[in-house]
Amino acid sequence: MNYEAVIGLEVHLHLKTKTKAFCGCSTEFGNEPNSQVCPVCLGFPGSLPVLNKVALDYAIRTGLALNCKIQEFTKFDRKNYFYPDLPKNYQISQYDLPFSRDGFLDINIEGKPKRIGITRAHLEEDAGKLIHKENTSLVDFNRTGIPLLEIVSEPDINSPQEAYEYLTALKSILEYLEVSDCDMEKGSLRCDANISIREKGQKQFGTKAELKNMNSFKGVKDALQFEIERQIGVLESGEKVIQETRLWDTKELKTVSMRTKEEAKDYRYFPEPDLPPFIISVEKIAEIKKSIPELPKEKMLRFVKEFGLSEYDAGILVASRRDSEYAEECLKAYPSKDKKAIANWLIGPLLSEANNRNSNICGLKVLPKGLLELVGFVDRQEISHLSAKAVLTEMIDSAKGASAIIKEKNLIQISDTGSLNAAVEEAIKENAKSVADYKQGKLNALMFLVGQVMKKSQGKANPKVVQEMLKRRLADA
Amino acid sequence: MELYKLTGHELLKKLSSKEITSEDISLALKKRIKETDPRVKAYVRTDKSGTEAKRIEARDNSALKGIPVSIKDNICTDGLNTECSSRILTGFKPPYDATVIKKLKVSGASILDLKTNMDEFAFGSSTENSFFGPTRNPWNLECVPGGSSGGSAAAVASDEAIMALGSDTGGSIRQPASFCGVVGLKPTYGRVSRYGLIAFASSLDQIGPITKDTEDSALLMNIISGHDPFDSTSACVDVPDYTKSLGMDIKGLKIAIPKEYFVEGLDPQVKSSIEEAINELKKLGAEIKEVSLPHSEYAVPVYYIIATAEASSNLARFDGVQYGFRAEDSRSKDESKLISMYKDTRGQGFGQEAKRRIILGTFVLSHGYYDAYYLRALKVRTLIKEDFDAVFKEFDCIVTPTAPTAAFKIGEKIEDPLRMYLSDIYTISANLSGIPAISVPCGFTKNDLPVGLQILAKPFGEETLFRVAHTYEQNTPWHKRRPTL
Repeated sequence: MNYEAVIGLEVHLHLKTKTKAFCGCSTEFGNEPNSQVCPVCLGFPGSLPVLNKVALDYAIRTGLALNCKIQEFTKFDRKNYFYPDLPKNYQISQYDLPFSRDGFLDINIEGKPKRIGITRAHLEEDAGKLIHKENTSLVDFNRTGIPLLEIVSEPDINSPQEAYEYLTALKSILEYLEVSDCDMEKGSLRCDANISIREKGQKQFGTKAELKNMNSFKGVKDALQFEIERQIGVLESGEKVIQETRLWDTKELKTVSMRTKEEAKDYRYFPEPDLPPFIISVEKIAEIKKSIPELPKEKMLRFVKEFGLSEYDAGILVASRRDSEYAEECLKAYPSKDKKAIANWLIGPLLSEANNRNSNICGLKVLPKGLLELVGFVDRQEISHLSAKAVLTEMIDSAKGASAIIKEKNLIQISDTGSLNAAVEEAIKENAKSVADYKQGKLNALMFLVGQVMKKSQGKANPKVVQEMLKRRLADA
Repeated sequence: MELYKLTGHELLKKLSSKEITSEDISLALKKRIKETDPRVKAYVRTDKSGTEAKRIEARDNSALKGIPVSIKDNICTDGLNTECSSRILTGFKPPYDATVIKKLKVSGASILDLKTNMDEFAFGSSTENSFFGPTRNPWNLECVPGGSSGGSAAAVASDEAIMALGSDTGGSIRQPASFCGVVGLKPTYGRVSRYGLIAFASSLDQIGPITKDTEDSALLMNIISGHDPFDSTSACVDVPDYTKSLGMDIKGLKIAIPKEYFVEGLDPQVKSSIEEAINELKKLGAEIKEVSLPHSEYAVPVYYIIATAEASSNLARFDGVQYGFRAEDSRSKDESKLISMYKDTRGQGFGQEAKRRIILGTFVLSHGYYDAYYLRALKVRTLIKEDFDAVFKEFDCIVTPTAPTAAFKIGEKIEDPLRMYLSDIYTISANLSGIPAISVPCGFTKNDLPVGLQILAKPFGEETLFRVAHTYEQNTPWHKRRPTL
């Protein structure tokens, strides 16, 4: 039978405000447990929440960037449930009037565009962190009250790869907006997935499972892949998929049942009386709209138009905001009209250096000016492409400039025919067989001769020049 | 002369003429409490050596320099037990002062190190629902002082307090003020910061003064009113000098009498006191006219839906995890230790009425019932508010009885919550519509129990309340009478 997966993603995002959503405590990560708390985020009796305006701005900013409608009249609600990491035993969240809803995000899947609907994006407060010891559980409330944006997608995603692309595109936008660190390891971005399968062509949804505990985008992809196969297995064996929450086991690489949702939770949502409803004015929305930078998709299209790059290449260059700014600086300053060469440098050697060092291009500390200087040497055929790559590595390691390294290592290519003449003549003399082969039309023999000349020049001869010299010399003879 | 008998403004005069010192007042008051509180029980935890409230050195010309203020047990005082007269908050010492406490300290007032008794979490109209046992009415120790701020009202009435703060969610300042023959004001919602008031029903709660006369009430309001950046529901409305409203006459003032407040259930003796008071106001130059507040009959049911819904959520935090009482040796049968700790802590920590309201509030918010109860109640709340808006288009204020009866006997209604709830029938509407209301003494029953007159005005119309209340007070003897203890 032919099955289709139906996937919806819920992304929880820490907004990177300096202070928490409803009090003045710091949101810094990784400090001494319970060192960033106050009566408000501890839910002490008598304390009251006051909305952090920056969190609201960030939420609206994100909503707008995700093409959402912004709710003008809005409010907070209380979501009531008991859990020791939730000091008030209710969470300030949004129920029926989220700040933003009905948006979308465009992704690319196997070269084809696909639009994923965004159901809603709402603001809420994060809970604390439980640390389980042998016989006790401890609570760290530092995280309690950090502004959290919950972004819920429509069930428009049909494969683990699409989920991966959605998350990548979302993260890219969020980075452009500078509203979140999007660091899954630190928990500043968390993703839960709802997944069901159905026969292809069937309209009705199958019974879904909710997947939790994925700690990377790849983890999301793997968990979804596992779950699709598991659910197909269940159906093929004639059984029914049950609605449940399943945890992704990062060691065993499988999902395991956490709890069944037989008793549906009743959160008894009601309007938060401590925070009066309010209006987000049209002017405010317009003002925030203005502050939104050019987003990855627009930038990609502009790079295609302005620099004549392919959509694929441009797409790679715009994935990260800071790297895209770096790339643009290089592309603009690159003297040739054909920008392909510098783009190749960025996508090729530079990006692979960055990946090797678990950094981004900006993190390599090679200024665009430095890169262009290096590429200039190659373009003027003063150094070989190969030695240029080595120079780049050295530039990153030593923070020295390209010309200094080239000079130090004496890498300038010999393109002067006069200086190369002796080596060419020697190579011809010493390799009569290859000369004969070449004359009989074996082109490989010419490359062998070029190699011999290169050897004699200790690699410094410009191979193109050598090749031309050999061709001319052998044609004469 | 017994200093504890005086009002705040009388003491301020003596202080400024250096006739007395603040220590004199404090000593006199402590002596009085020691003598009479074993009978009245206005204060809680009196057996424990009081922790001194942290002081702030105020300037010499500060408005309330040297005047002791008694605080209800649900208003947070830094380092001083604040337990809402509930077992579940046993030992809770807030690490911070409520905004009103901060303001009082800055004004030079000294915060009494004893807190006043109340119905547990302000759930009640008699102060019988206190973990510490009931407070008694100073006029008749067999009677309740009203509630939930019964401790504050009884303390002021028995001269165990110079002035006090209470909180009012459905009448909890005004009804005990009426029962104890003192002045109680519930300010406009948003007039006084709720920061540090342990919430009962957030959309209805307000802190307000309970005092011996209206002048003290105005003095306190001058201090505690105003916008607070820590309370998003506090209003950015300027605070006038309320003492300027004192001494203004009420000639030509338009006063409305809602007919729905003078029907069955109103005690005839209370009724005649109110009618006399209305006549007095007429004599003093006010224009009196009967009006209708057609949705009045829905106030009690609407209130018990909204207030319990909010309370069920507000009280969820009392779970034994961070502070207060935690049940030890939880039975852990099949449940997780955590769940049985929650259950035992809340089961043993809350009293009957608190449990009743938590269950009621949880029910009305439950899936499938929300629309029928909570949402509907919100709509009717709007209608009740619109009733008042319409009247205030034509009238300056509304006058009603504060409560349908004078103080009742201890134990008389405690087994019958519905009858108990009806003692707030005249006060609840002001909370639902957010308007200010004051209760002033206006007479006594044959059994020498005080009767209170309620005056209501439009939002932020406290000046009108003071104007009417003060004029009435200056022309009647009621506020001067004190119980013999």
